[in-house]
Amino acid sequence: MKQPSADALALAAGALIALAPAASSFSQSAVDEIAKYRQQLQDGNPAELWEARGEALWKTKRGPRNASMESCDLGKGPGVVKGAYAELPRYFSDADRVMDLETRLVHCMTTQQGFTFAEATRRPFGAGSNRSDFEALAAWITSESKGVTMNVALSHPKEREAYQLGEKMFYFRGGPHDFACATCHGETGKRIRLQDLPNLTEKAGAQLAYTTWPAYRVSQGELRTFQWRLNDCYRQQRFPDLKFTSDASIALTAFLARNANGAAFNAPAIKR
Amino acid sequence: MKPRRSTKAMFAGIAVIAAGCASVSDQEASQKALQLMKASFSERGQAKLDRLDQDEAQKLCSKPPSHELSKETSARIEKANLDSIRYPADGKFIGDWKSGERIAQSGQGMQFNDDPKRPSGANCYACHQLSKAEISYGTIGPSLYNFGKLRGTSEAIQRYTYGKVYNSQAFTACSNMPRFGHNHILTEQQMKDVTALLLDPDSPVNK
Repeated sequence: MKQPSADALALAAGALIALAPAASSFSQSAVDEIAKYRQQLQDGNPAELWEARGEALWKTKRGPRNASMESCDLGKGPGVVKGAYAELPRYFSDADRVMDLETRLVHCMTTQQGFTFAEATRRPFGAGSNRSDFEALAAWITSESKGVTMNVALSHPKEREAYQLGEKMFYFRGGPHDFACATCHGETGKRIRLQDLPNLTEKAGAQLAYTTWPAYRVSQGELRTFQWRLNDCYRQQRFPDLKFTSDASIALTAFLARNANGAAFNAPAIKR
Repeated sequence: MKPRRSTKAMFAGIAVIAAGCASVSDQEASQKALQLMKASFSERGQAKLDRLDQDEAQKLCSKPPSHELSKETSARIEKANLDSIRYPADGKFIGDWKSGERIAQSGQGMQFNDDPKRPSGANCYACHQLSKAEISYGTIGPSLYNFGKLRGTSEAIQRYTYGKVYNSQAFTACSNMPRFGHNHILTEQQMKDVTALLLDPDSPVNK
C-alpha cells in the first residue's frame, strides 16, 4: 500500500506485459520481453519529425520583430547550437540568471523576436494537433549534442546555488502522500509496477536518466522535454503545478544535469 | 598538561562553532529552497500551495541518506504519528478484501488532474507484491504475499495492520509509504478493506 505515483506507468506496464508470453508468476521471461520491446523501439524514432520542425522554427523569421532565433546565444556564442545542451543549465550574464534550455529559448523569443512572456510560453507541452514549439526546438537543439560529453559547470556562485537548492528539492517530502523525488529515485534496483526506476543519487543512474531526455513517448505519441518530465513527476507526487521555466524547475534540472557529467549525451531518445 | 588542555578546549570550541555554522547554512538553504518552491508552483485543481507546508515528520525526513536520524528523533516521529491514529469506533478492522484488491490496484486520487469527487486508490501494487496473480508489482516496498498467513489474524495483528495502513510512520520513521489515514487519502472503510486484503484467509494474498 504505497506510492500511488504511477498509474500511467502501471497502465503502460500492463500493455508491455500483453506482449509477453503468459506467465503465472513474474519471471525473467517477462523482463526479457520488455527489453526486446524496448530494443525494437530503437529502430526508428519519430523524434526526427520534431527535430526537423525545430530546425525550421529556429531559422524562421517570427514574432513582432520578424527575427529568427539564429542569433540566440545558448551559452557557446550567438547561433552556436552544436554541443550547447551538454553544458546547460548555466549562468547567463545578460539575464543574470541560471537558465536551462527552455528558459533560454523563452529569453530569446522575448528579447530578440519581441514576443511577450505570455505569448512565448502559451504552450509549453503539446497535445495532438496543438503542438508545442518548445518540444520541436528542444528536439533539434538536443540532437545537436548527441554524443557530446555532459559538462555542466558550477563555476558561478548562482550555478552553485542552483545546484544546492536543486538537491534540497530532490529530498523535499511534501503533499498528502509524503513523496519526494528520492522516494522513487533514491535506491538502486527498484521499480514501480514493472517500470525500472533510475537511482538519481548515483552517478550511473543519473547519467542514464538525464542523457536520455528529451524522448519520444510511445504511450503519448509526443516528444517530451525535461521540463515536461519534472512537471509530470511532481503531478504524480501530488504536488501543485510546477511552473514552466520557474527557478525551481531550473534548480532541480541543474542538480540532475550536473550529476550526469562525464556521460555521452544520447537524446532525443525513445521510451515506452 | 595545562596548555594542552586549553588547546583541546579551543579546538572543541572551534568545532562547535564550525558545526553551528554548517547547520545554520544548511537550514538557510532549506528555507531558501522552500521559498523558491513556493514561488515556482501554481495551484491547480485540488493541489493547492499548502501542499508544500511540511509537518515535522516531512521536515525531518527530507534529508539525504548521509544525514542519519538519531534514535531519539526517530522515536519522537514514531510516537507523534502513533498517537495520531484514530482506530475505528466500532472496533472492527476487517472489511471486504475484494474491495481492498480494487483499492490496491488503483493509483487514482489527489493529483491536480484527478476528480476530487472520486475515491482515491492506495496503489499498493505500485510498490508491493500482494497476490500471486498480479505480476505487475513494484519493489520499493517489501513483498506482502502471504501477509496474513505468516502473521495470523489475532486482534493485535488486525490492529497493527490497520494502524500501519493508517500511518506507516507510527512504526517506521520516514517510511516511504504514504500515511493513508493520517493524510485523509483513504476512508475508514477503505482502510478496513485493505486490511482485509492483507489478512482475510480468503484473500488471494494468503492463497
